[in-house]
Amino acid sequence: MSGTEKKPGKRWAIWLPLVLFGVFFVLVMNGLVRPANRDIESAMVGKMLPEFTLPAGVDERPGLATDDFRQGEVRLLNVFASWCVPCAAEAPQLDELARAGVPIDGVAIRDRTQDIARFLARYGNPFATIGKDDISEVQLGIGSSGVPETFVIDGTGTIRYQHIGPIMERDVQIILSEVKKAQTPL
Amino acid sequence: MIAEAGLALLWFAAALALLQLFASVMTLVGGQSEAEMGGVVRPAAIMQGPLVALSFLMLMWLFIRTDLSVLLVASNSHSAKPFIFKLAGTWGNHEGSMLLWVTVMAMSGSLVALVERRLPERTMIATLAAQAFVSLGFYAFLLFSSNPFERLATPVPEGNGLNPLLQDIGLAFHPPTLYIGYVGLSVAFSFAVGALLTREVGPAFARAMRPWVLGSWIFLTIGITAGSYWAYYELGWGGWWFWDPVENASLMPWLAATALLHSASVLASRDALRTWTIMLGVVAFSMSMVGTFLVRSGILTSVHAFAVDPERGSFILALLAIYIGGALALFGARASTVNEGKQFSLVSREAGLVFNNVALSAILGIVLLGTLYPLLTEAFDTKVSVGPPYFNPVGAIFALPMIVVMAIGPLLRWRRDSFDRIAKVLILPAVLTAGVIVGAVVLAPGIGLLPLLGLALSIGLGIASLLPLLGRNLLRTPLATWGMVLGHFGLAVALFGMASESAFSTERLVAAEIGDTVEVGPWSIELVGIDPVAGPNWTALEANINARYEGGDPISLHPQSRNFTQPPMTTSESALSTRWNGQLYAVVGEEGLDGRWQLRLWWKPFVPLIWIGGLIVALGGALALLGRLLGDMRKAHQVRRIAQRREDNPLHGAAPEPAE
Amino acid sequence: MSTALKPKHQRLVLVILALVVLIGAALLAIWGLRGQASYFYVPSDIASDPPEPGRAVRLGGMVQQGSIQTLADGVTVAFVVGDGKATVPVRYTGITPDLFVEGSGVVADGRLDADGTFVADSLLAKHDENYMPRELEEMSEAQAKAVVAETTAQ
Repeated sequence: MSGTEKKPGKRWAIWLPLVLFGVFFVLVMNGLVRPANRDIESAMVGKMLPEFTLPAGVDERPGLATDDFRQGEVRLLNVFASWCVPCAAEAPQLDELARAGVPIDGVAIRDRTQDIARFLARYGNPFATIGKDDISEVQLGIGSSGVPETFVIDGTGTIRYQHIGPIMERDVQIILSEVKKAQTPL
Repeated sequence: MIAEAGLALLWFAAALALLQLFASVMTLVGGQSEAEMGGVVRPAAIMQGPLVALSFLMLMWLFIRTDLSVLLVASNSHSAKPFIFKLAGTWGNHEGSMLLWVTVMAMSGSLVALVERRLPERTMIATLAAQAFVSLGFYAFLLFSSNPFERLATPVPEGNGLNPLLQDIGLAFHPPTLYIGYVGLSVAFSFAVGALLTREVGPAFARAMRPWVLGSWIFLTIGITAGSYWAYYELGWGGWWFWDPVENASLMPWLAATALLHSASVLASRDALRTWTIMLGVVAFSMSMVGTFLVRSGILTSVHAFAVDPERGSFILALLAIYIGGALALFGARASTVNEGKQFSLVSREAGLVFNNVALSAILGIVLLGTLYPLLTEAFDTKVSVGPPYFNPVGAIFALPMIVVMAIGPLLRWRRDSFDRIAKVLILPAVLTAGVIVGAVVLAPGIGLLPLLGLALSIGLGIASLLPLLGRNLLRTPLATWGMVLGHFGLAVALFGMASESAFSTERLVAAEIGDTVEVGPWSIELVGIDPVAGPNWTALEANINARYEGGDPISLHPQSRNFTQPPMTTSESALSTRWNGQLYAVVGEEGLDGRWQLRLWWKPFVPLIWIGGLIVALGGALALLGRLLGDMRKAHQVRRIAQRREDNPLHGAAPEPAE
Repeated sequence: MSTALKPKHQRLVLVILALVVLIGAALLAIWGLRGQASYFYVPSDIASDPPEPGRAVRLGGMVQQGSIQTLADGVTVAFVVGDGKATVPVRYTGITPDLFVEGSGVVADGRLDADGTFVADSLLAKHDENYMPRELEEMSEAQAKAVVAETTAQ
């Protein structure tokens, strides 16, 4: 009993999967264009750095203290660690920023001197100073919840901008423009 | 040199895919005779498999040799890595896993071009055109945006991939298993598109497609089962399924493949459900691609911006739009011209399978919607997460009736049947199901509704699934029937494990002093001591626990709380004790300020049945596949013998032996 | 009863049944999602517009310095989660996850009880996600943690 008759009433249903897929497509497009931001942003943006003094992370660079950020110069504060995989991914971009003339200070989180040295030897050393933060005191004090994160600090020691996650190629321009913005005081 | 050769092979394979597409399109629409251009199609498809496989082997060789002038090797491997992890490193990264995906795809394309001779040549050429079209997209993705063979300008002294986190045997072999399942479905997709193009939708099409669906489905089943046990065992949370987007990404193709398997069997034996089978063929592979995309692009699982690579995400999204959108548009345009095939009665095996298909599709829709819902609300700036409170009850509304039909369906005859005929044999499972419900309500009044129904139905299904063997000569029962029976029985076993875990698990969370004894279910557990132990890159505090089952001999268990240095993190190593009737699951936490230790203990009756059931399901699939393949081979042999005889006979007639 | 119907009508019945079931599934899913999806709150959301007590929600924020206390039973911790603008007291019974320390980010699944304390069913410390390498992306959170656990490198 092979039925050859067509069912015109059912025809619209045949396009249903395509319509549903269209909805899915728009949804995903939207998700892709505006990646979901599930980061915990620092409540410290716009506030002064807390007081801290960190010992040197490696022998050839000095340590780091709050006063270093009050010399009238915009600086980047990069929170990193030698055990952090994305930190290696952002190394070329940090180099690029350093070559563009932005001084970068590093804060190594829960790390060891020989590991930091090995990390710098492999991925390059764009840092002017490197502080060693073994108990995450500075990290927590500036409102960072993970590594890597990068902060733009203006000449008065105020946090002006926070970048969460590794700096990718597309982020370099954003950070440079934030640095420029930070040159005019609030 | 090896890297360049590997890349060249890939380009060559891509060129062959282009040739395959061009020749088949010319044959289909250009009016070229099948003899002219069509003859190129199969060889082009067959060649691609070995070429890409060779390319994959070259990448593997680069990893084995740790060739640090190759970017991928330098960033994912290390000369000090153990051999097996160097090998697994080949596909343990984005580029390598995409090459693996393409390899499986090209090998499937080769195999289907080599062995499939039953379909009309035109349909076969259309199928290979679709396969070439899909392959081309993935070749392009690989060559233009994920080249695995990229060289470094200056080789680095040492690789970056000694991360011990990635040196895990489960991580090494879990993705390939799932990938074989995902990509195998691409052949079903190509068959569906090919059949739509030539309007040749019939039993022959279903029979050609079925082994591919079965094969993929077996791998998916194994992959999901293994993944679930792994998470259960390693995690220390005591759960076995978390409705995580990544888990859902593997479940959705499985649901679609299960539905496709059943509707293809209706089409193969009864020539009904034509359009529906075609649509499922498109949907199953679409779910593989969507699942992979959702995971790969990071739009669902991302916790940090670096997880999302917009360029690659857009590339895959474009591929999805072309393939899924294109196939569904073709489906819309062509499906109404496909004959509906044979009729059947409301009480028949077909109707049972239709019900199963509708229920599976409903569950698939529910899982898909639940997985995408956070994305939907994100568009309106609301963050939500969807978990078990949604998936469990809403999914069960369709899963439980489906299980009832699963018990009855295989007993029904094709085309038309009546309940009166099978009522007698169904009395036993029905009575047992009711008995379990009554018994459980009386003995364990606090039992939840879902576990109760799951428990009762699993008993009923377990018995009913064996009934098709009743009154048969077991030695002569076809392997495919054995496969079906085992598949359904395995599901009953797994369901019993799930329901039992959910209904009867007991949990104790205590802070214990050394020497304390804790009761959990029938076990009494004594914390004997805590000792420090050390591994190659971790130190741990290991609890020494004596566990006695109902006062029996003590079993020594050693759960650990591990501290890693690079990167610094703490993990819990659970300790398990398995008996025939369940598992004891012990986790040790940290030391409190007062010197007591946190112990988390579960007694989970019959929990291992979940995974044993999953493996039985996969075994059933394997038997069914073996049965089908042997049957096909026997049939092909017969056809050849008949043809041979025809060839011989005229000879005999035309040229009788000359008289002496 | 079914035998009285013509085959053609029987198919129509099947098609209609299938459509009803699928539409039912869609409606059910939408209803379920509206009721069961848990919304993501930060402490200042909870302060300004608290969810009704008992409704499953997610709370994300930073564990405040000096706020973690272990209660007398030895397995319940009480702490305060803040986002710089508001704070919420949280209680959790269970083994705390890796890197759950004061000052770390945390995501808690649970519900608000009547007196304004957030009772968490599960905790997820935020730190560990940040160094999740690319290769772990394809795994679920559960599996990724499992890999970490299995790191008995050779």
